[in-house]
Parts: sequence; C-alpha cells; structure tokens
Amino acid sequence: MKRQRRLSPSILVMLGALAFAGVACGGGDAEEPAAPATTAAPTAVAAGPLRVAIVAPSASDDLAFSQSMVDSVNALERDVELSITDGTFIIEDAAAAIRGYAEDGNDVVIAHGTQFGASLMEIAPDFPDVTFVWGTASDTQGLDNVFAYAPAADEGGYVNGSIAASLTDSGVIGVVGPIEAGDAVAYINGFEAGALAGGASEVNITYTGSFGDVALAAEAAEAHLANDVDVLTGTAQMVVGAVGVATDAGVPWFGTQANQTSLAPDLVVASQVYHWEVVLEEMLALRDGGVLGGQAFEINLANGGLVIEFNDGFELPAGVRDAAEAMIEAITSGTVSTGS
Amino acid sequence: MGDFFTLSVLVATAASAIRLATPYLLASLGETIGQRSGVLNLGVDGVMLLSAFFSYWAVLETGNLWLAVLVGLVVGLAMGILYGVITVGLSATQGISGIGIFIFGLGLSDLLFRQQVGTPKPVRRLPNVDVPILSDIPHLGEALFQRNLLTYLAFLLVPATALLLSRTTFGLNIRSVGENPQAADSLGVSVERTRFVAILIGNSMAGLAGAALVLQLGIFQPNLTQGLGFIAVALVYFGAWRPAGVMGGALLYGLVNATVLQWKALGIIPVSGSDLANMAPAILTILALIALARRVHAPSALTKPFTRH
Amino acid sequence: MLKAVLGALVPLLAAVVAFAFGAIMLLALGASPLAGLDAMLDGAFGSGSRIAATAVKATPLILVGAGITIAFRTSVINIGGESQIIAGALLSTVVALSLPDLPAFILVPLVLLAGAIGGTILGAIPGALKAYASVNEILSTIMLNLVMVQFMNFLLRGPLIDPFELEAGTRIPQTQRLSDNAALPTLIDGTRLHIGVPVAVLAAVVAYLVLWRTPTGFRLRAVGHSPEAARAAGINVKRNVTLAMALSGSLAGIAGSILVFGSEGQRMVTDGSAAGFTGSAGFNGIVAALFGGLHPLWTIPSAMLFGALLTGATQLQRVLQVPAALAVALNGIIVIFVISSTPVRGWLQRSLADSGLFNRSTDHVEAD
Repeated sequence: MKRQRRLSPSILVMLGALAFAGVACGGGDAEEPAAPATTAAPTAVAAGPLRVAIVAPSASDDLAFSQSMVDSVNALERDVELSITDGTFIIEDAAAAIRGYAEDGNDVVIAHGTQFGASLMEIAPDFPDVTFVWGTASDTQGLDNVFAYAPAADEGGYVNGSIAASLTDSGVIGVVGPIEAGDAVAYINGFEAGALAGGASEVNITYTGSFGDVALAAEAAEAHLANDVDVLTGTAQMVVGAVGVATDAGVPWFGTQANQTSLAPDLVVASQVYHWEVVLEEMLALRDGGVLGGQAFEINLANGGLVIEFNDGFELPAGVRDAAEAMIEAITSGTVSTGS
Repeated sequence: MGDFFTLSVLVATAASAIRLATPYLLASLGETIGQRSGVLNLGVDGVMLLSAFFSYWAVLETGNLWLAVLVGLVVGLAMGILYGVITVGLSATQGISGIGIFIFGLGLSDLLFRQQVGTPKPVRRLPNVDVPILSDIPHLGEALFQRNLLTYLAFLLVPATALLLSRTTFGLNIRSVGENPQAADSLGVSVERTRFVAILIGNSMAGLAGAALVLQLGIFQPNLTQGLGFIAVALVYFGAWRPAGVMGGALLYGLVNATVLQWKALGIIPVSGSDLANMAPAILTILALIALARRVHAPSALTKPFTRH
Repeated sequence: MLKAVLGALVPLLAAVVAFAFGAIMLLALGASPLAGLDAMLDGAFGSGSRIAATAVKATPLILVGAGITIAFRTSVINIGGESQIIAGALLSTVVALSLPDLPAFILVPLVLLAGAIGGTILGAIPGALKAYASVNEILSTIMLNLVMVQFMNFLLRGPLIDPFELEAGTRIPQTQRLSDNAALPTLIDGTRLHIGVPVAVLAAVVAYLVLWRTPTGFRLRAVGHSPEAARAAGINVKRNVTLAMALSGSLAGIAGSILVFGSEGQRMVTDGSAAGFTGSAGFNGIVAALFGGLHPLWTIPSAMLFGALLTGATQLQRVLQVPAALAVALNGIIVIFVISSTPVRGWLQRSLADSGLFNRSTDHVEAD
C-alpha cells in the first residue's frame, strides 16, 4: 500500500507547477488576450473580415455532415475569418467551445449539431450581440439571436430513391443508417418513398446503432447484399465502410450530406450535397440589417441549398438522368410530395 | 420480410461473423499470452488504432497490402517495447499504464490521420483467398474457406498459441511467471525477460488485429476501433485464458452481431426495436458465461509487478 | 529532506518531459508551444468562471474516482463507470420528468438519490455476477457499458423523447427541458460552479470515512487484501464484493445525475455514443483514482488536474486551431510518463536509503 501512497506528492507538485505557471503566464495577458498563432487580434466588427466560428461533432473533412458546413462557409462570398473546433462529440465540450467563441468576440458562431441545441439555448441569451446559427433544427426556440437551419433531406432522398429504383434488377434496395434520429430519418424515409414510388419492390433499412462503427456499417451492407440487394445508400460518417463493400461487389451507391464520389469513383451514382451557404447568405444579410436571429431556414431543392450532384464517371442508362432532372423539377414545383 | 433460414443467408451470416471475429481473435489471443505471464494490458485498443492507421497509411502510399500487414505488426511490436519498458522495466501499475497507452493511441492515430490524410480515401481491401479443395465444399466452403489470409492466420494462431503455452519451455515459463514469479525466479527463469517477450508477442498480435480491421474495411477513420480492443480484453476472461475459449468468445460475439444485422436487413427486427437488438451481443456474452457456470482460475500474479526481495 | 526533494523532483521531471513531447508535437503542427501552454492554462485557470468550469469538469471524475477506490480496495475492478453514469442519469431524469413540481429543496436531493440508485443497480449486477456466478467483472462491466449506451438511445428515441421533437418531426433524441426545480443551484453567480462540486467532494470524504473508519470499510479492505483470510475471519466475501461494486456504482450514478442537472442544457441528449454524454468520465475517473494512489481524498486534486487538462484542451483547440486529438495524445503521454516515474522515484529513494543517507522508517504512511 505504501508504494501507491507515494503518488500523492506528485499531484501536489504538478498542481503547484500548473498553478505557478498559470500565475506567471496569466499575469502577462491579464489585460489583453494573447495573440494566437493562427487568428488575428480582435478587430472591430465593421472594419475587418466577418469572424465566424464552427463547432462540429466530427472531423471537418469527414466527407459527411461536418464537412458540408465547412465547405459552405468557405463558399460564402464575403471576407470571412473562420475558426473551427471539430471532433467535439462530447456535448459539454462543444458547449464550452461555443461559449468560448462567443467570448472571443466572434460575430457568428455556428453550432453544427442538433445535440448542441439544448446548451445553446442557455448560452445565446448571454451574448446578445453574437449571432448563433444552429442546426439541424427547425425552430429557434424563441431566441432572437439564434438562426436555425435544417435540410429537407427527404427531397434529395426521394430523388436518389427514384433513380435507385430504375437501376435495380432485383427490385430490392438496401439502406445503412446510424441511429433513427435527425436528418438521417428524413433522408432515409424520403429515399424509401422515392424508391417505392419508382417501382422498387422492397427497401430494406438497417440502423446500425452507431455513427462511428465503420466495421458494423460494412457488415450491414454485406447483409443487404446477401438478401438480393443490388443498389445501396446510407447516411452519416460511418458509411465509408459500406461504400467499400459496395465497391467490391460492384453495386451502385447513392451519397448524401457531401459529395462522396471520391470514395467510389465508378459506383457513386449521385450525391445529395448540402449547400448551407444559400441560407447562410440570407442570415448574414439579415444580420447586416440588424436582425441577429429569430428565424428558421430550410435548404431544399427549390432554393438550391440541396443539390443532386451526379457523378459523370457512372454511366446512367438512357433516360434515367432526364427522369431524375424531371423529378427534381417536380419536387421543386411541388407537384411531387416527398413527405417524411 | 425475407427468410433467415435459407442457405445463402446462413452462409453470408457465417462469413460475416468470421470477418467480425478476426480482429477480436487476433487481439484476444495476444492479450491471453500477456495475461498468462501476469501482465494485464488495457491499452489494446490504442495499439490497434495506431497499427490500423499506419497499416492504412502504408497501403495508401504504396498499394502494397503485405507491407501494410508488416507495418501493423511492427507498430504493435514498437508499442510492446514501450509497454514492456513501462510495466516490466519500471514496474509501473499495469491498469493505468494500459489506459495511458489507450488514450495516447486514440489521440495520436487521430492526429496523424488528420495531418497526413484528412479526408478518408478508400484503399485496397484484403482479397479473399480460396483454400484448395476445402473451398469447393458446398456452402461450408464458401462460408469458411473463401476468406482473407489474416483470417486464416488468426484461426491458425489458436492451436499455435495453445501449443506454445502448453507444450513449449517458453510457454511453461510464461505460465510459471504468471502463477508464481518468486518460484520461477528461484528456478532460474527470468521473470522480467519472460514477461517482456510475452508483452512483445501480445502487442504484435494487437498490431496484426489493427491491420486486419483496417485492411478488411479498406478505409480509416478517427477512433476506427470504437472500443473493439476493450471487448477483446473482455473475451480473454470469457475464454478463461484458454485460446480455444477465446476463439469461442470471439465467434459468439461476431455471430450475434452478424445475426442481428441480417435480421435487420430482413426486417425480422423492426426499426423501432433496433437499439434493443443492438444490446444482444453484449447480453448474450454475459448470459453464455453464466450458463457455462464454471470456476476459473486466473493467473495468480496477474497485474502484480515482480520485485525480487 | 533529500528524499522529499527527490519525491518532488522525479514526477516534476516526468511532467516536464511529457510537456516537452507536447511542445514538439505543437511545433510539428506549426504552432507555438508557449502559446499552447498559455492557452491551456488560460482555459483551465484564466478566470473565475474558467476555474469553475474546471471544477465542474472534475466533478464526475471525483465521484467515479472515489467509487473506483472502493472497488479496487476490495480487489474488484470496475470498468463499468460509463454504464453506471448512464443508469444514474436515466433514473434521475425519469424522476424529474415524473415529479417536476416538487420544490427544489426536495427535488434536487431526490434526483441525486435517484442517480445513486441507478448507479447502484448497474454496479450491483456485475458485483453479484462476480460473487455468485463467477462472471469476471472486467468482462461484465465492459459488456454492460455497451448495453447501456443502446438502452439510453432506445429511451431517448422512444419513451423519453421530447414530445415536441415528435410533433415537429425533427426527432432529436433528447428529453424535454427538465424541471428548473431539479437544476443544481449555482453557488457563485456568473460561473457554472454548482452544488454538484461540493457534493462530489463530500462524497469522496464519505468514501474515505467508510473505507477507513467503519466496520464495513474494514471488511471491504479485508476482502481486498486477501479473500481467503477474510473468509477465515468470518467475513461474507460474496456479499462484500457485491457491496463494493454497488457502492462504487452509486457514486458514478450520482455523477450521471450531476451531468444532467448541472449541464448547460438541463436535459438529457444523446449523440448515439456513451462518450458524447459522459465525456468518458467512466474511464477518466479510473485514471484520476489511480493517480490519487487509490485514496478517495487524493482523488480530489487528481481529478482537478485532469479537469484542468480537459478544459485547457478545449481552449488549446479553439485558440491555436490544432486538432482536439493533440490534447488527447498529450493526456495519454502525461499519464504514461507520470505513472512510469513513480517506481523510478521509489527505486532512487531505495538506493539512497541503502547508501545510508537517511532513515527509511521516516516514510510513515497514515491510513493504511
């Protein structure tokens, strides 16, 4: 027992060292924050670039949800100074980062995760001059400095599903999802409706129960293949495993959230891509006019926030591409309901 | 809703179970050897993550799968040297050292991936290789003998590990330093060296497990293992420190997972019951162990650093 | 004297070497190590509210760590902190949903109690399985962690989901905002320092008193020391093994309750993983406990140190725009180096003792 007890002084020493260093370093920058290496010193709101921060749950280059927002902010047509905290799947850490970015004087803080909303509702009132942007969400919960955004993921799902129906020989289509929640549900339900309306006989849906388990997603795709599935789709970042299975089996794949063509250049038929910049521009225009929040936005096929990006490397049968374009047109004009 | 009890579906389920079991089996066998020598390594998951990343990187850069397997093995070996120095050389507490290795591997593999690769890029996957003659057996051959070489290796290592532990002098040394290091020491067996080598073997197998995982998937992502290494440690207890028992555990765990996925694909498990069904592999593993109702004897010196006094 | 200096110097050196590794990694990422250290310290201790955030971050680690101490002192290894936290959180959430109108002075203790009960159940199961069915606790706790994640997802997607989420079709897997009467009262305005922090410290003190000042604690430690000897002395080993896991789980369960009712969101949310909700406190608590030498009181500063590392890491990522993974890797290095330094120090001290420079018997350790 003695051996273990000897650990104790070490903690005191480390704490002491940390505290001492804290005093030593803290003294210097008590008045003004230290200029960080990669971000410039705080500037006046009007003069410099717009300071935008993103807090995202997975990697900023995940070819899925998080990447869609980073790409969108980079596509904004104005001078933006962007900070990113990604991979913060721990909700309390994300809350700390959101609060920190607001304290740092960012103009716009994007909480890119449905699960961050509950924390945001408590943080936003403390920073009335900051615009918070939260999604995917369909409601600002009465806060006038929060904008909400959501994708009508069922629309692109419906289009993907209708194309998938025209590609299947067996009539059976497989879907690999994470857990039945959020925009995954909208996409998958839309996909199922579109595929069934397009003549598929069966759409088999597997929710693996995890956003991260690549191996389970791969085996879920294998299970579909064993049951006559000859077209696959899926949503969330773990589907990269399922795409690998589709590649080896030579089965067409439909992507969503970001353009997934690079994962299987020969087999990705089309991806529904989120172009948040469409609604972000609207939000920023409102902010320029003094409206800091209070509205909910949706990206959809009609406003160009959802775009079906076809992969030219996959040769669609004659007429399918035209039918898909016609379907997009029909959804845009409201003659086809994708209802989820 | 389709039918589960058709031959093609059963064959696919078995194949899926074997694929899922392969990384568990490799890591668990390695951990078994380490624990039999008296060393608990909770850092398996971290070792697997690092070796999986480096394997992936190797195949991404060179396209050479066998180089990638070798890289996975070497990374495991290197982590074994680190763990051996910490736990045998310095006699540090094993539990916390392992957790340190896990956290380190989790962070470093993520960091390296973000810096060196970034966006996930698919790489070649391990090809399936038919075993001559056996692969021609109807159905059974398709399920068992048309798998990849690392899978064959994992299952061949089951009898190999058993023989190593029961029939070789080195195996006897491993067991003796795990049961009674003082007695082994007095008989002239070097406790430190035996444990160090056992750790090297165990970690190399964890490295192979990481390589097998990533090369079966053909892609890497941060935290690719999702706690797989911890389940591998648990399976050592399931198998009561015997290679055959460990294999049983890995196959059971893989089979339940594969069956759940098949039943979901077939619609036998409705979407609303998806989460509850996901509990099945873990619950059945516990229930199986209760049903076996056996008294097992753990290596007496497990987790106890050796000091000569 | 020399020994004291040595005792302080070796871990300090280990920490310095660990930070040097961090500095090299920061340089490799093109960031300034000094700015990195500054950001971490500023994030952890830079202001009153940040110190409060560090204390809040440390709270579940103190509780889980104190619980781990009880289990490990009984020679039971509890890796099920994650499942026990989730169970405590779920049960206290159900209580707050069912009795939202109770006054705060009843509801707050009640949700903490519910958390303890939830954790107790998830602790007692592997404890009883070990004692009465010979199921190894490492296996059962790892497996129960996996089970409880899925059970949490099931409840938050189904029976406990915010009715608004179903109505709006957004289906975020979260409960409705829980009663304000259940919210842990804040101790200092303008900070997040809530009553959960002193509750955790108190729980650690109680754990210490139970272990070393009560017959129950004596029996637990006797079982931990040698089950055979304990049995010979008439102690019911099986009951005490179960009890140790139950007590251990109860503290983790309280941590779960605090994570819900001391959170910014004041509701339970899942991202599908355990860590999304727990922040891996079930594992980090083990590290805190072992760092504290498996002593409940030393677990408190040890957990504070890890709380500081964790809050500092968030700031590091935000200010320097380096991947969060860097801080994770750095934490691993710190654990490895400091734990490796302990035997080195003991070895150096023994060498000095053998050389007759000072008397070993001065190394008196209380409490054991």
